Amino acid sequence: MTSPSTVSQLPPVMGAMPPDATPVARSAGADAAPAPLLAMRGITKSFPGVTALDAVDLTVRAGTVHALCGENGAGKSTLMNVLAGLVQPDAGEIVLAGDHVRFASPAEAMHAGISMIQQELHPVPARSVMENIWLGRFPRSRLGLVDHDRMRRDSRRLFQGIGVDLDPDARAGDLSVSQVQLMEIARAVSFDARVVIMDEPTSSLSEHEVQRLFGLIADLRAKGVAVIYISHKLEEVMAISDEVSVMRDGRMIGTSPTAGLTIGEVITRMVGRDLTDRYPGRQVTQGEVLLDVDGLTSPVPGSFRDVSFRLHRGEVLGIGGLVGAQRTELVEAIFGLRSIAAGTIRVDGREQVIRSPVDAKRLGMALLTEDRRASGVVPTRSVFENTILAHMPRYANRMGIVDTTRARQDAVRVLGRLRVRTPSLRTPLTSLSGGNQQKVLFGRWLLWDPEILILDEPTRGIDVGAKFEIYTIINELAAQGKGIIMISSELPELIGESDRIVVMCRGRLTGIVDRADATEATIMRLATDSLDDEPSAVVPGA
Amino acid sequence: MTVTGTTFDDDTRRGWRPGRPSRASLGEWITANVILVVLVGLIVAIAIYDTDFISANSVRNILTNSSTRILVALGAGIVLISRGVDLSGGRMVGLAAVVSASMLQTETYSRQFYPDLPALPLILPIAVAIGITTLLGVVNGLVVARLRVPPFIATLGMMVIAFGMTAIYFDQPPNNSQPISGIREDLSALGTGQLALGPLSIPIIIVIAGTAAVIFWVLLEKTVFGKNVYAIGGNPQAAQVSGVNIVRTLIAVYAIAGACYGLAGVLEAARTGGASSRYGELYELDAIAACVVGGVSTAGGIGRVRGIVAGVLVFAVISYGLTFIGINPFWQQIIKGVIIIGAVAFDMSRARRTR
Repeated sequence: MTSPSTVSQLPPVMGAMPPDATPVARSAGADAAPAPLLAMRGITKSFPGVTALDAVDLTVRAGTVHALCGENGAGKSTLMNVLAGLVQPDAGEIVLAGDHVRFASPAEAMHAGISMIQQELHPVPARSVMENIWLGRFPRSRLGLVDHDRMRRDSRRLFQGIGVDLDPDARAGDLSVSQVQLMEIARAVSFDARVVIMDEPTSSLSEHEVQRLFGLIADLRAKGVAVIYISHKLEEVMAISDEVSVMRDGRMIGTSPTAGLTIGEVITRMVGRDLTDRYPGRQVTQGEVLLDVDGLTSPVPGSFRDVSFRLHRGEVLGIGGLVGAQRTELVEAIFGLRSIAAGTIRVDGREQVIRSPVDAKRLGMALLTEDRRASGVVPTRSVFENTILAHMPRYANRMGIVDTTRARQDAVRVLGRLRVRTPSLRTPLTSLSGGNQQKVLFGRWLLWDPEILILDEPTRGIDVGAKFEIYTIINELAAQGKGIIMISSELPELIGESDRIVVMCRGRLTGIVDRADATEATIMRLATDSLDDEPSAVVPGA
Repeated sequence: MTVTGTTFDDDTRRGWRPGRPSRASLGEWITANVILVVLVGLIVAIAIYDTDFISANSVRNILTNSSTRILVALGAGIVLISRGVDLSGGRMVGLAAVVSASMLQTETYSRQFYPDLPALPLILPIAVAIGITTLLGVVNGLVVARLRVPPFIATLGMMVIAFGMTAIYFDQPPNNSQPISGIREDLSALGTGQLALGPLSIPIIIVIAGTAAVIFWVLLEKTVFGKNVYAIGGNPQAAQVSGVNIVRTLIAVYAIAGACYGLAGVLEAARTGGASSRYGELYELDAIAACVVGGVSTAGGIGRVRGIVAGVLVFAVISYGLTFIGINPFWQQIIKGVIIIGAVAFDMSRARRTR
């Protein structure tokens, strides 16, 4: 599906460009570094049945932010795993600061100055921040015991150096997602990292926290560190990066300075075709009220309170807000996963008490959860079993025996409609790319044919092409008269897809905005208006 | 990424069914079914040492000795698949053995548990014994699913409780903790009788265990309940969000396990012609070992009936076969231990490679 001609149409690649071509003079090292800090050449990697990387070249200079873009399955993560010593390439070479290197393990890569901050963070939740940072290399006292005082001092100095305000003695499990991320960045820096790889670092962050992260990235760049930044959020890529490399189908399409690019051009390279409109249009024909939530209040202090809204047939109702707005908690309560202290829920005009997802399903509701790994994917089961999980009784006879032939036909139909790429139905779901996993989970609910579809960050970590497909399906469902609630932290998506947008701030509904009136500014104001007095545990670098 | 495999459309055209090694090479098949390879290897090794080992008699003995163990392992296995663990199995075997034997003694026997008990229909005491262990299983399920007590603790408690119940029952006058014997012939027949099938005569106890294994296979692989158990074991939160009734499913899992232990206890009494409160001791650990060797994951979500059965047979072949060729029985313990650790170590290294 890759046509070689696309490659030749690209703007000049990195090597052909003078180093000072970047119009924005952001970097300290850019003007003085003719030799690249890192060069990966001809990296090739095959997995059974799949060529993940096909002779990929990547050149990264010190003191720059280098964005790596591509659809899910394009090979970005595999390439970075090779660099970080997690995956051994079949062929190719890596040159770091003039030395040929080969990393047999992540530890070797880290000690050579290459740190990777994974998309899914795995701290040791029950241990302190400093133990997480120095894990594997605890300072020892003369008696051979762990020197906690020195560890605390080193941590403080480390945090000061990069302008992060974390308590070394805090339990890692008590940190917010963004704080864990700062902790991981500090850990990366503590290895005297020369190359820091960030894989979708902002996928769990609020806009506010993204700005803090960008500040930190700018500091790293100023210190001469090369940051490789993987993200599907192209607005961020344009804002933070100096250069953009695009991969597709396991190949490197090209590298260009960010300043000369538009988002549209990056997308065109990523998908290999023009994608003029990122949000497919939709005819809105609102029907009667499907779901009526009135005064819903959580028993948990600080969680959602007094939230009222109505969802109509044929409507996509967006829910916007920052992390901590309690949006997920709200929809989980509607779906019966959390209890409520006050308020009513009416479905089709009738008041309902929803005590469990079983009740919610009976009322025609479906919930696509935010955290794919924690509450979506069953890792031990195949694509097929994961697809039919929510509606097996539909295929069962009186004995409870599942008619797999019929179920398989339906699964093939729905996964085909979602254009899921999988070697077979029996493939373990976890061996698919993140976007394809999400599409399978989407398919799980489409098979059920719900009336009310609640989607919590449905396109998180998904590539542009898959996003477009998911928007198209959301629109189809709306056109069929279903009601859709969509939580999203991406403002363009929220504005592009929703008919109305409910905005929440720290558990309260602060406004409902019509699509016509929706701008990023209005939504952000509603999402933050009472946030100013919130004491923050993390402050950006001085 | 270039996918060189087939698309999923092919699955329906070929009528693919889960688990069939259609395109897998022999090497892959062996890796995936290492337990069967170990089993055959053991048999071959023993047969090389003494060709007399290969006989219908050996097969019958090994299967007969495995029958109650298979029942206990099936119960322990379904609990493991649901991401639990059940330590109460062995003591439930003892309870069911004592209860059923106490009510099924011959009237002419001198030392009766219930001297004045009229002859009951065979099914009644069996139903009572299995009913009790099933009920205890329900309690296990309630404690695990409703009270959220970790399964290890919940069933550890139940293990102790079940033994206490057995001991108190067993200690009643006039029995006063004397071993129960003199059981009725209709009960013994379940443990030692044969079923004539043309020229073959198959021990009834093997037929019962085999039937149970088939029922379990259907239950786990074909029914909504079974698939829900796998999903709960694989990711309980995902199952809950998908509308699977976790509490009800887990109660059923532990209840089914309890019923298996009860049936195993009745058959132990039938096979040995009696019962005492020590019956079934440590069966739960043997069962867990057999499951683990047979590929059941202690982390939940993975495990198959054929693996569980093969796991039990491996241990039965070791104890029967090594005794047959005259090896000191204490060596069997060491060999069993090595197999338990080796099988799981192999599984783990395979999981690392394919990741």
